[in-house]
Amino acid sequence: MQIKSPEFKENARIALKDVGLQKALGNLKAGFPTKRAAAVERMPEFEDLRDQARDLKNHILENLDIYLEQFESKVVENGGHVHWARTSEDACKTILDICQQVGAKTVTKGKSMVSEEVNLNEYLEKNGIEPVETDLGEYILQLREDHPSHIIAPAIHLNLEDVSEAFHKHHNRPKSDDPAVLMQEAREMLRKKFVAADVGITGANFCVAETGSTIIVTNEGNGDLTQTLPKTHIVITSIEKVVPTLEDMTLFQRLLARSATGQEFTVYNTLSTGPRREGDQDGPENFHVVLVDNGRSDMVGTELQDMLRCIRCSACMNHCPVYGAVGGHSYGWVYPGPMGSVLTPQMIGIENAGLLPNASTACGKCESVCPVRIPLPKLMRHWRENEFEKHLSPKSVRYGLAGWGFFAKRPALYRWVSRSSAWFMKKMAGKKGRINKLPLAGGWTDWRDMPAPEGQTFMDQWKQGKR
Amino acid sequence: MSKAEILGNIRRGLGRGEPNSKQRAAAESRLAAKDNNLIPKRAQLPQAEQVQLFKDMAIEAAAEIIELNSISEVPMAASEWLHKASIQELITASSPELKALDWSALGDIQLSERVSQVGDMASITSSFAGIAETGTLMLHSSSDSPTTLNFLPDVHMVVLHASTIVGPYEDAWKQLRTAHNGVMPRTVNMITGPSRSADIEQKLQMGAHGPRTLVILLIND
Amino acid sequence: MSNAAHKPRVGLFVTCLADMFRPTVAFATVRLLEAAGCEVEVPEKQTCCGQPAFNSGDRKTTQDIARMTIEAFDGYEYVVGPSGSCIGMLHYYADLFDDGDPWKARAEDLKSRAFEITSFLVDKLDFDKISAQFDGTITYHDSCSGLRQLGVKQQPRKLLSKVDNLKLEEMEEAETCCGFGGTFCVKYPDISNRMVSNKSEFISASGADTLVGGDLGCLLNMAGKLKREGKTVEARHVVEILAGMLDQPAIGEADADKYALAQQV
Repeated sequence: MQIKSPEFKENARIALKDVGLQKALGNLKAGFPTKRAAAVERMPEFEDLRDQARDLKNHILENLDIYLEQFESKVVENGGHVHWARTSEDACKTILDICQQVGAKTVTKGKSMVSEEVNLNEYLEKNGIEPVETDLGEYILQLREDHPSHIIAPAIHLNLEDVSEAFHKHHNRPKSDDPAVLMQEAREMLRKKFVAADVGITGANFCVAETGSTIIVTNEGNGDLTQTLPKTHIVITSIEKVVPTLEDMTLFQRLLARSATGQEFTVYNTLSTGPRREGDQDGPENFHVVLVDNGRSDMVGTELQDMLRCIRCSACMNHCPVYGAVGGHSYGWVYPGPMGSVLTPQMIGIENAGLLPNASTACGKCESVCPVRIPLPKLMRHWRENEFEKHLSPKSVRYGLAGWGFFAKRPALYRWVSRSSAWFMKKMAGKKGRINKLPLAGGWTDWRDMPAPEGQTFMDQWKQGKR
Repeated sequence: MSKAEILGNIRRGLGRGEPNSKQRAAAESRLAAKDNNLIPKRAQLPQAEQVQLFKDMAIEAAAEIIELNSISEVPMAASEWLHKASIQELITASSPELKALDWSALGDIQLSERVSQVGDMASITSSFAGIAETGTLMLHSSSDSPTTLNFLPDVHMVVLHASTIVGPYEDAWKQLRTAHNGVMPRTVNMITGPSRSADIEQKLQMGAHGPRTLVILLIND
Repeated sequence: MSNAAHKPRVGLFVTCLADMFRPTVAFATVRLLEAAGCEVEVPEKQTCCGQPAFNSGDRKTTQDIARMTIEAFDGYEYVVGPSGSCIGMLHYYADLFDDGDPWKARAEDLKSRAFEITSFLVDKLDFDKISAQFDGTITYHDSCSGLRQLGVKQQPRKLLSKVDNLKLEEMEEAETCCGFGGTFCVKYPDISNRMVSNKSEFISASGADTLVGGDLGCLLNMAGKLKREGKTVEARHVVEILAGMLDQPAIGEADADKYALAQQV
């Protein structure tokens, strides 16, 4: 996937004017936050669950190596294989090897953000294997040669018309604008693919160390057909997803759907443990788990470790006013919104992704809804510090800050600047009480008036005895 | 190799080398204890209320529930439902309880015992447990019950015994471990209602890839 | 709970925006604190809480400002200011210093003494003897730092409920960010504009004739937008209303009336 994060400002500008996108984002804002609030209301223990989940994730991270080793040994004990992929390239190569070993021509895919992260589809296609996305949203995107703009509702940026057009073009059916008809078409088209696939690739929401199981959570059932029908099931997942026991997995399950879509529980929560057992009439013969690192192990022991608690629910972006204004594609890579603003610099470098952690007012809404209480604004600030230390912030910002800082540390000088500015702007505003155009502050006055100061600073008046 | 690099990096981040025996023991004891985390009050009701909660939640999730007094009523109930839906065939799992039933009530409906295939209209399976907390069914793969029966057909009928309804998910996991001596089946399904998607303009539609309809035949035993 | 004879000694954190743009807010804060039985002083060596540097990743400048501010407010029983984000910033000072650094302990101490004005009156002093009047309908904007960092939500509403004749109409999305965000509004002006435009719609829809809030940054932002859009809704800081200091035109309003009044004297 092409990296467009450096163009965040331009992407955002275009997004703000995109009528179709704005309509779609309106749907998102009307839906998910309201539903989550209702689900939280119904679960009196919700806040306690969040605390426990945060603490459990922290425990897991402190023992990440131990639980990963345990997970691996259990997978192997159950007849599966575990592969460790340090980089995106490793992950792709490993999966390609498995596919080639079994002579795969087509591969069905359950929705996996990690597979987007490592750019798996492109890699497989380049090597003569056809990956078929089966999650309805991902399927629509694949037809349009598009990419997800949201981590659980990938096609959320599209309108009915976009889907209608894509299906009409690719399905050889009359054009329909009935969502039920469209879904039926997708159901029929994909059934053939499900059955024909040689390999099924899914992600994993969690990896259970106790049993060597992976679990996927879907509403559609596409993940289930992907993990059951083909001869080989490959799970592509990441190292921080491991949890100790089934009971521990359950704690996160209680938070996941409620935080994401506001559902009580996602329709299909499916555990896969090894290949088919003796006597089973269906199920894969081969089970592989690919554990992807791609920068995550570098986060352990740093200020960013808290980000590894993320369970990929999407609550943060659903509630973020910036995401809500510009949509996921503006962020320019795989992960959008607040969690994307923290992860993207880690994975593609702050020099490429610097604009993302800066594009936030630190309103804190994200942190307030995160099921595992990740301090997202604090982590974004961490990246801003990182950027500043590396002298990567724009020169105007550095010089502006340096100038401002010089005065801010010297009260007498600061008084003088405040005094002059107050007087000057009051004069500019005249009787109108506000200023229409302020030189050097186009960012402000292009869009709004600048209210006039009262004219004399508080400190001066206080000094003069005014009360 | 990748594994050593990754683990080494994690350990470096944690400020230690290989975990010592005390650290390993702590993790191992958590894995062995399998303690419950917080269980909501909602999942701690007495059995009768638990069954009612299951029904309420399952219906909320758009499952259909047909209540029966004994399992022997299943073939008649299934027959009625399928006839009303004009479905001519039923693919069944091979669980002993289903095999033991007298299926003559199906009449002209064709009964087959096999793995499911594309085009199948209806299947019937047993279940392992019901979870009242969210009206969730727990099923798993076995030689008796191919997983495809739960997903490929348009209609999935599931026999659920009220006596197997537990409050929280944790109780179901504990029972599953006991039932299978700690060995997991290949697939464990937790199913809450029929398949759906809201990927098209955020409008919820049923029947994305899994069954369009989930019919729970609840045996009140 | 302080006994009747003891007058808490409060250092006023003016905030740079109140100092430069709207001294009335600082004066109103003093008036409220004195009405609540406090002795108020204004330490000299304060300029700005340091948010601009902090939010831009300039840790060093932030630390310098923090040290200066901590020293300036040494010895005051309480530090109170008319801004959730500024007081919130004072609370962040403790995170700037490493364990073992003596400044960390001093910063923690400042944190324990630093309050936003409405929270101070209600939570700390249990004070609600507001004697003021306001003829009109207001709507209240919950500024982000005050709300999420300091838990300021019910306190201003409790105090406003004591203002005679005042009617409060909650707006939809009162808790949604207005798009100011300090430097955000000039770094990402079009996104900020979208956010403040949304706010303006919600404000209008509430039917209120005055927008009230606890943070001048937010209020300048929203008032500026309301005026650019030609709306008649006015904006004031909550302390202006609570202290009954309404002589100053609302934020960004023409002072033609005041000018005329002055002519009549």
